[in-house]
Amino acid sequence: MAIEVRIPTILRTYTGGAKTVEGSGATLADLFSDLESRHGGLQQRLVDDAGLRRFVNVYLNDEDVRFIGGLDAPVKDGDTVTVLPAVAGGRR
Amino acid sequence: MRYDSLLGSMGHTPLVGLPALSPGPGVRLWAKLEERNPTGSVKDRPALFMIDQAEKDGLLSPGATILEPTSGNTGIALAMIARLRGYKMICVMPENTSAERRQLLEIYGASIISSPAAGGSNEAVRVARQLAADNPDWVMLYQYGNEANIRAHYETTGPELLADLPEITHFVAGLGTSGTIMGVGRYLRERVPGVQIVAAEPRYGDLVYGLRNMDEGFVPELYDESVLTSRISVSSPDALRRTRELLDSEGIFAGISSGCALHAALVVAARAQAAREPAEIALVIADGGWKYLSTGAYSGTLAEAEARLEGQLWA
Repeated sequence: MAIEVRIPTILRTYTGGAKTVEGSGATLADLFSDLESRHGGLQQRLVDDAGLRRFVNVYLNDEDVRFIGGLDAPVKDGDTVTVLPAVAGGRR
Repeated sequence: MRYDSLLGSMGHTPLVGLPALSPGPGVRLWAKLEERNPTGSVKDRPALFMIDQAEKDGLLSPGATILEPTSGNTGIALAMIARLRGYKMICVMPENTSAERRQLLEIYGASIISSPAAGGSNEAVRVARQLAADNPDWVMLYQYGNEANIRAHYETTGPELLADLPEITHFVAGLGTSGTIMGVGRYLRERVPGVQIVAAEPRYGDLVYGLRNMDEGFVPELYDESVLTSRISVSSPDALRRTRELLDSEGIFAGISSGCALHAALVVAARAQAAREPAEIALVIADGGWKYLSTGAYSGTLAEAEARLEGQLWA
């Protein structure tokens, strides 16, 4: 089993059009490095020197990783990671 | 209760227990019924505060035109108050929002300018900004960056909640402009040590996110990450399923964003239950289900309703 990573439309150019890819690692940073080895260019769209890019939201099993350690958040096989662009909420 | 006028009746909404959905006696859920506001949503609070503030600041004079990017509830609330106070109201609204919202806006005399479905509320904000630049005499209250939006919840929703539930441990609300969660969150954090502030964020299908450039995303100016303790992403199917549960288990006919908040509340409730920690969890029912009937969210099987909701903005 691996970690499933859901990729938003705009970044599927890096995954050959795939909506989900798989990777491994002990932390989110490790996972992104692992993905980079197969999907070159993806990592720099997600992360910059300061950490997660401002308009990139990453969820580990539906929870925003910024509140659970950011790039240091521990991940494990069976987890689902979702990458989304930051958009305005609706209702309002 | 007696009030001088409709606007005077804003707020003081009931907080009702959700005994059937609560995991057990030590972990309880409470719903703040914001559909009991003058136009039927939590947005009456910020709408009134934003208009009052603009009047105080001298931005609005009789006959003025208010412009606002809104997918519905804020526009409906603003349109009602604008009509009472003699202002014109123009809403910029994504075309993939429900028919009822458009009808209500028209009933209150607002004009609607549609923005493209792809890109959702972001696109409405972009179109409204352009219109504001082209029409300098129009007043854009701009709920995403207007401090009066937060203040409405800091001064009314927060105090009401704490008065009704002094033992509160968690507050859960949907995340859009972030006004509710920032205002209530700040109020509670100043008064309740260790209180958890949990944002429930709608997660739509690919259409809504569209081909957004990751470098040009949108974070509301009001959003302050330090107020939150957790942010939970809720898919459309989960929000829909929970909306049905509110109806079936508790008799509450709520809009779909309330199902979103309930889902996040049940996530934190399950964690508290697993950790054997007592929890008193309050969540916001932002509006009733009436405006979403035409989406088909409440009829047929869940799978049918999900298919009908695909690509629509439900929060």
